[in-house]
Amino acid sequence: MPFTPANLELARAAIARYPQKKSAVLPLLHLAQDQDGHVTPDAIEEIADLLDLTPALVLGTCSFYTMFKRAPVGKLLVSVCTNVSCLVNGGPDLLDHLQRRYAADSDVTVEEVECIAACDLAPVLQVNYEFHGPLAGDAAGSLIDEYKQGKRVARTISGTSVRSG
Amino acid sequence: MVEETRIITKFLRDRPDDSWTIDAALENGAYNGLRKALDMTPEDIIAEVTTSGLRGRGGAGFGTGQKWSFLPKDVFPRYLAVNGDEGEPSTFKDHMLVERDPHQLIEGIIITSYAIQCHHAFIYLRGEFGLGAERLGQAIAEAYERGFIGANILDSGFDLEVVLHRGAGCYIAGDETGLLSSLEGERAMPRIKPPFPAVQGVYAAPTIVNNVETMSTVPHIINRGGEWYASMGVNRSTGTRIFSVSGNVERPGNYEIELGMTFRELIYDLAGGIKDGKGLGFFIPGGASSPWLIEEHLDAPLDMDSVQSELKTMLGSGAIMVFDETVDPLLVAWRIAKFFAHESCGKCTPCREGSGWLEKVLYRMSHGYGRPEDLDLLLGFGNNLAPGLSWPPGMTTICQLGPSTMSPTVSLRNYWYDEIKERMTRDAAARGEISVVSA
Repeated sequence: MPFTPANLELARAAIARYPQKKSAVLPLLHLAQDQDGHVTPDAIEEIADLLDLTPALVLGTCSFYTMFKRAPVGKLLVSVCTNVSCLVNGGPDLLDHLQRRYAADSDVTVEEVECIAACDLAPVLQVNYEFHGPLAGDAAGSLIDEYKQGKRVARTISGTSVRSG
Repeated sequence: MVEETRIITKFLRDRPDDSWTIDAALENGAYNGLRKALDMTPEDIIAEVTTSGLRGRGGAGFGTGQKWSFLPKDVFPRYLAVNGDEGEPSTFKDHMLVERDPHQLIEGIIITSYAIQCHHAFIYLRGEFGLGAERLGQAIAEAYERGFIGANILDSGFDLEVVLHRGAGCYIAGDETGLLSSLEGERAMPRIKPPFPAVQGVYAAPTIVNNVETMSTVPHIINRGGEWYASMGVNRSTGTRIFSVSGNVERPGNYEIELGMTFRELIYDLAGGIKDGKGLGFFIPGGASSPWLIEEHLDAPLDMDSVQSELKTMLGSGAIMVFDETVDPLLVAWRIAKFFAHESCGKCTPCREGSGWLEKVLYRMSHGYGRPEDLDLLLGFGNNLAPGLSWPPGMTTICQLGPSTMSPTVSLRNYWYDEIKERMTRDAAARGEISVVSA
């Protein structure tokens, strides 16, 4: 759906921060993703319109970056690192465990990611870009369930703080 | 027993519960360096930083003061782009600095902006740093409120806007020209140099790109002097640096040490040595891009120049990955190749095609499907990707990602050539593809 009036205001404020408005492509894509849960084709059109760009350019930028999802994902995005420091500390097993555990759960999307710069916590994962580690399979599952049950407050799907809005 | 030398990590270690708040930072003397800097001329600040010998902490190790002096005279506007995209595998120092001492970073950015006479600074922060974005965003807002950023900073007449720009998941945005492309709203594809960013960077205007750790060091140099900073360290590697140690060690973490300490002291004394009493297999000294080292190199000093000239590798981003004797080097080589194949931006053919080939062949080699000629095959086409198969490598691509993809394979050749060939022969024989005649 189009930006809500409040988000449109945030979008205009983001654009105003840059000497050239094309720089606001990434911030606006994050904003659209936070609003809709993923980046929709309509959002691409609207962002292009706001920035006087072609939708093709916005889509081209969008599709380059792994954090932007162009298909729906669960409300909780679990990103498990399997790069080398996690590889030798059980990262692949953790990924496998969580993929099986949440295979049929539409609220939770489990993805494999490259190094997320928290190797002292290996094996490490993020839930909506909040870091957690080191975690073995079952402990990780319990943690994700706490998010599901609302015992922990998750960030948005782009990792924006829910506290500061 | 060796110890850390904490300069830029002292405060965040001493105040683990609130080091990121403005009140705690001000109690600790944050922004005193800024007050001092605003009484100096920009030229004096550049001279002080040049005297300190500070070199970029992102990976390339270029002299910071020297980089600033490359700005063309009288060309304005100029920009500062701070590189906080930290994506080199196993590097996690900027992550800590941003989350736990954002005011130190901001102070460094203001001083640097004043020194290079820019009025618009961007912090390109890795998108995955949720808490980092929150704390840095908060810190920037507080710095505006207190008059450290904005118009007429501390009545000096100097104006500065600071913009926090979040990335969105992309390793190559950490390359300085890739970062500029991304900051302009495009795919983070590196640009050919020259022109260097100092001449034509973001919006084709002169731009300085500096790493988060580099910026965080600047206030200390202004407070205590370039000569004080240069008195620490070894040779042309002055001062302290944060090394991120991870993998199979007892105490993985960030350690700020005076350059010149040995790998052995860092890995064994500070990080506690190999986990579970095992022996060392091999270690990677400067991020996934750097060629690997083994036991016999442990007593070499952490000196950026001698690591390059003597050991033919680099300290890069300061990420030291340690693997015990039970870890299969082929598996690690494959995983790093998989990373590079995923992160290659696709602009240059040798890297786009080569990184994928490497990943596929290393996959079969590390998973029991290898062929006796595989390592030679990789070294053969790899010579087109990293000409010379040594360090520093020759370049066939715009940025360093291309040749870096070969570092693991070159390391396999250096230490385990015969062993791997034998293993591939055994694997092929076990699959019945070849028959082995024993000598």
